[in-house]
Amino acid sequence: MKMNQNMHLLDLHSPELKKSSTREAFGAALVELGGKDENVVALSSDVAGSVQMEGFGKKFPGRFFNVGVAEQNLAAVAAGLSYSGKIAFIGAFAMFSPGRNWEQIRTTICYAKANVKIEGSHVGLDVGEDGATHQALEDIAITRCLPNMRVVSPCDFEETKKAVYSAWKTPGPFYIRCTRNAVANFTTQETPFEVGKMNLLCEGSDIAIVAAGRTVFDSLMAAEELEKEGVSVAVANMHTISHPDGAALEALARKCGSIVTVEDHQIVGGLGSAVCETLAERYPARVRRVGMQMKFGESGKGQEVLKKYGLDKDGIVRAVREEIKKKNR
Amino acid sequence: MKLKTTKELALMANTLRQDIIRMLVPAASGHTAGPLGMADIFSVLYFHEMNYDSKKPDWGERDRLMLSNGHICAALYASMARAGYFPLEELLTFRKLGSRLQGHPSREKLPGVENSSGPLGEGLAIACGMSLAGKMDGAKSRVYCLTSDGEHQEGSTWEAVMLANKYKLDNLVAICDRNYIQIDGNTEDVMPLADMAEKYRAFGWHAITIDGHDYAAIISALDEARKTKGRPTMIIANTIPGKGVSFMERDYKWHGKPPKEEEAKRALLELEAARQKIEEGKA
Repeated sequence: MKMNQNMHLLDLHSPELKKSSTREAFGAALVELGGKDENVVALSSDVAGSVQMEGFGKKFPGRFFNVGVAEQNLAAVAAGLSYSGKIAFIGAFAMFSPGRNWEQIRTTICYAKANVKIEGSHVGLDVGEDGATHQALEDIAITRCLPNMRVVSPCDFEETKKAVYSAWKTPGPFYIRCTRNAVANFTTQETPFEVGKMNLLCEGSDIAIVAAGRTVFDSLMAAEELEKEGVSVAVANMHTISHPDGAALEALARKCGSIVTVEDHQIVGGLGSAVCETLAERYPARVRRVGMQMKFGESGKGQEVLKKYGLDKDGIVRAVREEIKKKNR
Repeated sequence: MKLKTTKELALMANTLRQDIIRMLVPAASGHTAGPLGMADIFSVLYFHEMNYDSKKPDWGERDRLMLSNGHICAALYASMARAGYFPLEELLTFRKLGSRLQGHPSREKLPGVENSSGPLGEGLAIACGMSLAGKMDGAKSRVYCLTSDGEHQEGSTWEAVMLANKYKLDNLVAICDRNYIQIDGNTEDVMPLADMAEKYRAFGWHAITIDGHDYAAIISALDEARKTKGRPTMIIANTIPGKGVSFMERDYKWHGKPPKEEEAKRALLELEAARQKIEEGKA
């Protein structure tokens, strides 16, 4: 594999590779920001522990508000705080925020360009045991259609921290998608992160995988396996789904001819759609969307459920092989 | 501008009502009954009660007015124009392409509008956020939130009601336009709201019920709210929808339609007659 050295990634097989959920990174970054900026406030809707806001709440009790099981209130109260100059971070399960409070997010946050940063935790099939009702598979679709919203799906701990810092520095609404379960922390402090800029993690010429969130690591593992079969696979991390990096996508499509998108989200409305829309206008190319095929999930261990629906490394490998066959026909 | 006497406040309310009728005719769409019903309360809030500087809408120490039931914004715009936020002529652009006076208020477009509203059941939550921020900053400013009775059918309203109690938001005073009408008919037929003051008391608020057209009662309720510590206050203001125009009063059909030119003429004649009475001290 031709890893892009500018990305400063860790060795994917290093025994030192740590694993953690990205919600933990969100919580850790929030505590740091709380110490740096008195205007940072945080709110949760009775899931402060789950979304890792407890640390902030303990350290800055006067700046933490638990609104109870009330996601609509979560969004609109945060909007009110932001209108008065606060930078409000709100955290809940993505299924309920932005799932349940979408209209409050649209009217009170996006329309007002409010300085509210939304942590949607427990996304995708990765949620596992809690089952279909709690597996947010449509959250990207309903947030990236909102004007003024930036939607970021970070791939690991380090990148999530960078996304939270960017959200803090950049005025306006953000939606940051976080995982419940641990994922390998393979990026480093030196890995670049810029909202709206795609990261090419490894170079390849036969086909390109464009992924986001927890599937980025599995996409790299898939590329490694395919390499052994003689297939040269590029892997890119398109963390900002609301603002697709058109130039970088076009360059990938020109070089590789066909793209496979990978996400722990429905294939409609998410990363796959964003890539299709962008390429259709710039440089039409074949796109194969790996993601949830418009179904509801089910209970099981996160990894088991991901595997069953083809969103693990093996599923990605299968999809790429099929796509290569089509390309060579 | 601080209006002190009942006569001055009544004249201002009459002015606002005439403005509302005049702006709704060219708009050719919009809501009539609600704005007319709330004109007396707007008169007291903008010209007696609140501290603000219309030339500096972002002044940090201003009192905040959150209009939750944004569809009655004709009353808000008329008040803001009379308070000097923008020229009176601009009222005639209401609901027109390119206007800052959107069909429902836009915080982005019109300085002085604290919250974009229209979608019901949101204003009180935003007001709670502003009140929390005020508390954190030790601000002296107060937060006023105007709500409608109908929007208390939105569950989200009650989420905010609980939060205001939890955080003892005594810098917050809400006023409910209790006019008993909503789009489909009488509130008690569509979805009964019953005794709203009792509901608020059960949620830990201080609640006061008044006649929303009685200036002394409005002022005294706002004073009582200011003196009430450790809990938010809700003022249930019984109002007559369409107040001031006989053929509109208490008729829910005037909730969501504007007067036609002929109807507006009749309305303005009535309002002008009422004005004369106020001037003569007979009202």
